[in-house]
Amino acid sequence: MNKIKLILKGIIKENPTFVLVLGMCPTLGTTTSAMNGMGMGLATTFVLMLSNMVISSMARMIPEKVRIPAYVVVIAVFVTVVQLVMQAYVPALYETLGLFIPLIVVNCIVLGRAEAYASKNSVFDSFLDGLGIGLGFTLSLTVLGAVRELLGSGSFFGHKIIAGDGMLIFILAPGAFIALGYLMVLFNKFKSKKA
Amino acid sequence: MEYVIIIISAVFVNNIVLTQFLGICPFLGVSNKVSTAMGMGAAVVFVMTLATLMTYLAQQYLLVPLHIEFMQTVTFILVIAALVQMVEIILKKISPALYQALGIFLPLITTNCAVLGVAILVVTKEFTFGGTPAMLNLPQAVVYTASMAVGFAVALIIFAGMREQMDLQGVPKPFRGVPIALITAGILAMAFMGFSGIV
Repeated sequence: MNKIKLILKGIIKENPTFVLVLGMCPTLGTTTSAMNGMGMGLATTFVLMLSNMVISSMARMIPEKVRIPAYVVVIAVFVTVVQLVMQAYVPALYETLGLFIPLIVVNCIVLGRAEAYASKNSVFDSFLDGLGIGLGFTLSLTVLGAVRELLGSGSFFGHKIIAGDGMLIFILAPGAFIALGYLMVLFNKFKSKKA
Repeated sequence: MEYVIIIISAVFVNNIVLTQFLGICPFLGVSNKVSTAMGMGAAVVFVMTLATLMTYLAQQYLLVPLHIEFMQTVTFILVIAALVQMVEIILKKISPALYQALGIFLPLITTNCAVLGVAILVVTKEFTFGGTPAMLNLPQAVVYTASMAVGFAVALIIFAGMREQMDLQGVPKPFRGVPIALITAGILAMAFMGFSGIV
């Protein structure tokens, strides 16, 4: 039961995008469609789970002073793995996400979880924490991507729903900021009603 | 002429924050006051230019000759982290005044994705500046990076100015904090879209 809670807290209570406001660059940069947002989210989830596991198993061996560089190297290794795998199996998605795949290294969520959670908890718990936070991130990116895709081109996961061209602005840069801003307003409204 | 095109394109047309979504965290985090925004902007211009110079050389003379380009991400982040640490130590010794002004921003810069992002962009992307697409050479790369960083500083300072004004307004409760900042940034990004097509 506790383990399930560990996963669920990443989705609502500690949602990395809407509550912690971390990892904004990929959130805004890759969500031109629901599919792209989901791909980015899953790539980050994979890195989060594995880096959390490895860091939690090595935390006692790493001297306090060099822990940040050590964590960064572990994360960078898994990012390189993701990069090569995506290049081989989903080259189209890899092309669209482009620069944002190597930039998972400097995503504050990944380093933040390593420092705040994985370095102090057991390997299995850290894995679950990575999974939960990763899923929360994926969910937020997919929702933002879906909203932008629907408003911007009138389709949902690539299927045309609304006839016409849609409002192009939501696919372009300003739309990303505005759509995320309003989604956060909705999230805050929903949360304050619940409390 | 070529350099003028590079500078205008990097500062305004392809503004790093508002069109490429790099460095959003400091853009939202340290934009509460114009004075801190200026400090952060200066620190980024300084570190980003140095970092790209180092990573460009690392790519050209280390990774490519040894055929280990897949190590790019790991190498670049280590170079940047080491560089920031070194700049901090040197600045503390040589110019305590400058260290006082920039010091608190330096650790923040290691995890600033704009620095790594531009370093990777410069060595992987082909650019077209009135002619056939080609990779940037060293002087072009340095000018391009410095202009990118100036673009970051410009966006940050304008945005901080807007947020200072906004603090005086009565913003509805669910909008307070990040949401209204994002919506403002969206409108600012729209203004910057006006530059597209110049170059």
